[in-house]
Parts: sequence; structure tokens; C-alpha cells
Amino acid sequence: MDRVPIQRIGRTLVVSIQIDLQDDTVEQLQEDLAEQIIATRATGVIIDITAVEIVDSFIGRMLSAVASMSRLFGAETILVGMRPAVAITLVELGLSLPGVRTAMNAEKGLRLLDGRT
Amino acid sequence: MDELPIKVSDDIVRVRQQVRSAAVASGLSLVDQTKIITAASEIARNALIYGGGGSARIEESASPAGRPGIRIIFTDQGPGIPDVNLALTDGWSSGNGLGLGLSGARRLVDEFDLATEAGAGTRVVVAKWSR
Amino acid sequence: MRDDKIQARMAEFMQANQAKLIDRWEETVLSAVGGRISASEVRGELEEIFDLIVRVVSGADESAAGELRAVLAELSGSRARNGFTPTETAIGVFSVKDAIHEMIGDSPELILEYMAFSRMVDDLGLHTFETYAAARERIITDQAEALLELSTPVIRLWDGIIAVPLIGTLDSARTQLVMEKMLETLVATGAEHAVLDITGVPTVDTEVAQHLLKTVMAVKLLGAECTISGIRPQIAQTIVSLGIEFGDVATKATLADALAYTLSRSGLKVGPA
Repeated sequence: MDRVPIQRIGRTLVVSIQIDLQDDTVEQLQEDLAEQIIATRATGVIIDITAVEIVDSFIGRMLSAVASMSRLFGAETILVGMRPAVAITLVELGLSLPGVRTAMNAEKGLRLLDGRT
Repeated sequence: MDELPIKVSDDIVRVRQQVRSAAVASGLSLVDQTKIITAASEIARNALIYGGGGSARIEESASPAGRPGIRIIFTDQGPGIPDVNLALTDGWSSGNGLGLGLSGARRLVDEFDLATEAGAGTRVVVAKWSR
Repeated sequence: MRDDKIQARMAEFMQANQAKLIDRWEETVLSAVGGRISASEVRGELEEIFDLIVRVVSGADESAAGELRAVLAELSGSRARNGFTPTETAIGVFSVKDAIHEMIGDSPELILEYMAFSRMVDDLGLHTFETYAAARERIITDQAEALLELSTPVIRLWDGIIAVPLIGTLDSARTQLVMEKMLETLVATGAEHAVLDITGVPTVDTEVAQHLLKTVMAVKLLGAECTISGIRPQIAQTIVSLGIEFGDVATKATLADALAYTLSRSGLKVGPA
């Protein structure tokens, strides 16, 4: 099973999703993120979906879940790089991902996180 | 056009990949490709989780007006959908992420047909045509 | 039993009198198209169709019927695109009957075959009507699409701020186009602010409100902000009375207000020079 790598930039964790995720990979990512947030005492999580072509309700729920979970651990999650076609499909599906902050790319996401302090 | 099995969750990704190839081959726009692949993912997952597994068949076809596109037929031998109207309720404005599978998928496609019978499984046919 | 479609004597008659028949036919057609098509072009078309009719009528060639319908469909489509009426096109087909009827004389076998022939030609004439209508439909659809594209411009208001002024009704097809163009422009320019101006949208009902909300949501998912401007008093009343919640969607009365708002959101300020 593929595992999505989690990088660390200061107090922020960065996850860049490059592949079409299998369900168990998605679940593993949630677990790994929870562990890492606690272990590194991260205050921010960036999920980069620039390379993701399809976000269905399963993945959408994962993203919302990660945002909620991170908040419980005191970290803010920012979803970056969503593709226009994906955004249009998600709104049509009725998934607005409430509670998930967004930014246009990882760089802007990091600035957003820095701006808080 | 082969039957794609939907028996384990990894099969859902395979369905997405096959639908993508067919969608690209029929000349669907990028947004339309994304919509039909996402719809297929929702319905396949439904067949897996509620239908106990099933299969999908992808056909390259054309609309009544002659626009090329694809049609996908999902079947499962599960318990069937007891309350079809409830399952298809337009949950757009409530959108809490639960049970959006079928009603959401319906909004993404040009043709949507659902046949289900308690104890006799479910058949969902969807199609997307190029514009 | 006589096969209605095979009229051997008619085929012979037509072949024997080909030149005269086509001449007469050409006369009628030319007077109908009134100089919009050259005589030689008409002649060419009629010769091709005449030939195919003979083949169909003689029964010798099974593929001829399909070919004939295809040729007529193409002719009809071409007439449709060039502004001819469907009647003008159909008359072209029907008038072959007149040409033949004039020359046919009193031979009883020919008269019987003529009746079957006449029915066949009527059928072909109707076929041209149908293909004409289909061709016009296609033209209308293409024009509607072109109009939709033209009426949805994306404007750069300032660095990092784009705007789409909507004029006319906002239906789901238009919404799709607006979303696509807006989102693509945001990605291409890196702009983080978008303004959707609905000053030119006559009515806002629940459906239109949903379309607006969808657009705002899609922009937000990308990581940008969308402000709706042009909320006229009547529209505001409608929205409130329909109970539509615009929640935390930023709305402004005018495009100018929206510009000031997005500028300040971008950390910019407008002041005297």
C-alpha cells in the first residue's frame, strides 16, 4: 500500500497528494497525520491537492475530518491547489467542505499560517 | 467492453481509471470528464458498501442527438434500496457529506437511471455526452 | 404482386427521356431559387438526384435508396445554412413529379407506376423538411453557445482582482461557463479576489440564488474570495422574502463598493494623488 509522505516545515506539516488514492491509503494518511501533529506539536497542516484530479465524497469527508481533528490538536489545516474542474464538481455534488480553509497554493497557505501569529 | 469487478475498495480506483480512459476517448471536456469519473466513483462505492459488491460496464456511446460520450452500467446483487426517493433526495442545500452518493452523482451526469428491488439488487445506469 | 418500389417501366421512361426531364425540372427549380444558385450548380445537383432516383426505381441497386436520402439530407442542410426556406428546398424535390407528369402521356401502366413513384417522391420531399429542421436546430444551438461565450467576459479590475459582469438571466448552463472562466482566470493570473456583478440580472429566484452560491463556493474552494455586487433593492427584498441565506457571502450594492471592498481586502487603499 502506498503511504503519502508528510513533510515538516517548522511547525507546519505539509502533505502533497500526488496519486489517485486508494481508500486504505486515505485512512492511513489520517492516522499518520494525527500521530505527526501530536509528535511534532505542529500548529499548521497544509494539504496540497494541486495534482489531484478527482475528489469524491469519500476524499472530501477525509479532508473535513483532517481539518476537524487537527483543530482538536490545536493545529489549523489549509487545503491548497484545488483544480477548477474539481471545485466545480464538488459544488455540484453539494460538498462545500465547511470548516476547511483554503489557499491557492502551498506558498500562500504557509503565509496564511504565518500571518496568524 | 468488459465487466469491471467492484469487490474490494481498490477496485473503485480501477473503475475511475477506466472511466477516465473512456471519457477522454469520447472527447468529453475536462470538466465533464471530472464529473463523470467522480459520479462513477460515488456509485461504485455505493455498490461496494451498500450493495455488497458488484460490477461496472463502460460503453462508448452517443446521445439521441448524436453527441458522443460514455454510458456506465453498475450492477450489484445486494439488498436493494428500500426507499429510493429518500436516497435520491436532493441534498444539495443540506450537504453534510452523508449519503450524498446517488443524489450527488445524479447532478453530475446527463442521464441517470436507477432500478432496484428489495432483495434483488440494484442497477444504476449513467451517461455523459459531449456538448 | 407488384412491388410498389420497383417501377421498371418508370425507370426505363426516365432514362429514355433523361435530358428533357432534367431540363424541365431545372426550369422549375431555377425559378424557385431565384438566382441564388447558379444554373450549372442546380443542374449538377439535379443530375445526381435524377440518377439516384432511377437507380432506386429500377430496383437494381439496393444501396441507392440510402444514398439518395443521404444526398437529399446534405442538400437540405446546405440550403438551411444558406437561408433558403424549407418550402423552397422541398419544391425542388416535388417538382420532378411535374416534369414527369407532363411527359407521361396516357399509357395506363405508366400511370399506375407514376402513382407509386409520386408517393415515393412525396416521402423524399418530407425527408428534406425533416433534415432541414434538424440543420436549423444545429445552427441555433451553435449560435446560442457562441452568444453565451461572448456575453460572459472576465475582466481584470486590478492586480489580483477579477470581475464578471453578468447581463441577462443566469441559468445552469451560464453558471457552468461563469464558474469555468472565473476559476481558470484565477488560476492563470493568481488573483485571489473575484467579483460577480449581477446588476444586469433581471430576477433572482431560488434557482438563481443557488447558482450564485455555487459560484461563490467554487471560488472559495480554490482559495480565493468571491464578492457579489449589484444587489438592487428589489433583489434584496426577494432574497430576504425567499428566506435564502447568503450567510457569510460578501455582497455589495454596487460594483464600485465591491471594488473598494476587495481592494481593502487586498491590503490596498485608494487615496488622493
